Amino acid sequence: MANVLLSARDIKIRFGGVIAADGINLDVHEGENLAIIGPNGAGKTTFLNISTGYLRPQTGTVTFLGHDITAHLPRTITKLGIARAFQIPQLFLDQTVIENMLIAAASLKGRPSGFKALSSLPEASEMERLLDLVGVKSYAERKARELPEGQRKLVDIALALALKPKLLLMDEPTSGVASSEKLGIMDILTTALAKEKVTSVFVEHDMDMVERYAHRVAVWNMGKIQKVGTPAEVLADPKVREQVIGI
Amino acid sequence: MSGRLKPITATAIIFFVVCAIAPLFVSSWATLFALILAKGVVVLGIILLLQAGQVSFGHAMFFAIGAYSAAFWGKYMGGGDILLYIVLGGISSTIFGLIVGLFVVRYREIFFGMLNLAFSMVLWSLLEKMFHYTNGADGIRVARPGLLGMSFTPEAFQYVILYISLVVAIAAFYGVQRYLESPLGHMLRAIKANETRLEYLGTSARHVLLIGYVISAFLGGVGGTLVAIIQQIATPEFGFWTKSGEFVFIAILGGGAHAFGAFAGAAVFEAVRFYAAAHLADSWQLILGVVLIVIILYAPSGLIGLRQRSKQGGH
Repeated sequence: MANVLLSARDIKIRFGGVIAADGINLDVHEGENLAIIGPNGAGKTTFLNISTGYLRPQTGTVTFLGHDITAHLPRTITKLGIARAFQIPQLFLDQTVIENMLIAAASLKGRPSGFKALSSLPEASEMERLLDLVGVKSYAERKARELPEGQRKLVDIALALALKPKLLLMDEPTSGVASSEKLGIMDILTTALAKEKVTSVFVEHDMDMVERYAHRVAVWNMGKIQKVGTPAEVLADPKVREQVIGI
Repeated sequence: MSGRLKPITATAIIFFVVCAIAPLFVSSWATLFALILAKGVVVLGIILLLQAGQVSFGHAMFFAIGAYSAAFWGKYMGGGDILLYIVLGGISSTIFGLIVGLFVVRYREIFFGMLNLAFSMVLWSLLEKMFHYTNGADGIRVARPGLLGMSFTPEAFQYVILYISLVVAIAAFYGVQRYLESPLGHMLRAIKANETRLEYLGTSARHVLLIGYVISAFLGGVGGTLVAIIQQIATPEFGFWTKSGEFVFIAILGGGAHAFGAFAGAAVFEAVRFYAAAHLADSWQLILGVVLIVIILYAPSGLIGLRQRSKQGGH
């Protein structure tokens, strides 16, 4: 069994009358692509928010490589090696794609300069390599605002990869993307993750994507984990098919 | 391509050369140009904060601190030197900027603007009410300082302070433009675009804004010191909210996309005030209001945006 990177124990959080996490226990192993599936409102994004410090659970702990990160700020967790890509790409829209990447590089390096030009950072070639890896190098000099949604998603992921993470959490990496582009984006994405040796957790609604690209699947339902297993095991489960997939 | 001068940089160089030469032919312009340059330095600070999408309606407090640093030194220590005054104004406004900044960078948009306004009004009240130390609304006269042991006649002094202002303005312009192009400058813009993403890249948005805020306070203080020396007085009005509004007005007039916007705006503002006041007495603000309406309608990116518009039109 590979090392455990991220471990959640007895996570509980409630928003008013809605229980978004009700005793979540989950281990994420090094090198795997773990898919999280479940109906809307099941608590999938809440889990990502807790794991990246955006939300603090009412009880329970999240550890990353043995460090308790439950009460840490997002930027502290990022420094420890967890990056995040968002359902709606979070870019600096009025800056070019390469400037977006170089801001990430400067953040990773720490103590950003107030005098040397951003464009002269030695990390520029590395950032171009990452853009090439996710297939958007040709957009490097374009403003992020000008990119189509699919390309914005890839830039969002490239931004996360620029932080040299050990674990990448992605919220619906193919949502808002045309069906014809989904496979292409996931192919690029999983190849890039494997090449950069990044473990991933991704929330996904498309079962084809889950079946093709996940090593394991965790099924969320009403704030609880209903089942964890390989895609074949999980998608064959009658309860999951009925309650989550809706077949 | 990198060796070529950008049109806006070339325009800035021409502007600074005109500031250096034109007053040699029209002596009444020496004080006008010195004021334009000094206020441009203050407005550079406003432009820095505009990068992060934040508007301070209280930056006159740093302007006043710079001015009163020189005034207090002259009143209590006697004598004085232009360079000493500038250093004092810069240091005191930086310290004050750090103290106020630690509090205000926690807030955004209208709350940021109003908290700055509140702090500036507290300072204004203190300057007004502590009559024993500040002479209240009358202010403190700033006696004409020397420079490195030299003293000057009033006629020579107006040129000395013009060229000192010019050197300070060029240094501030260069430094701020470099800052805007640096990683910290881009991060300041990233606060406006997407603060959440910046935090998820591992950078504290508050920290980035605090650095920008302290630099803007420093610029406000240095500009205030220069204006106090040029006008030879520091009054509470330097810290009043209408003065803060004036700096924001100039920043919008000039445009925030480039450091030169501060000087373009200051030049138009002071020139309109100088000439409109001569012809319209108390109604000169009417002309300024019309100028601002025209700018907002036809050049929302300010005067420096006009250049970009004409360039796009040319294509």
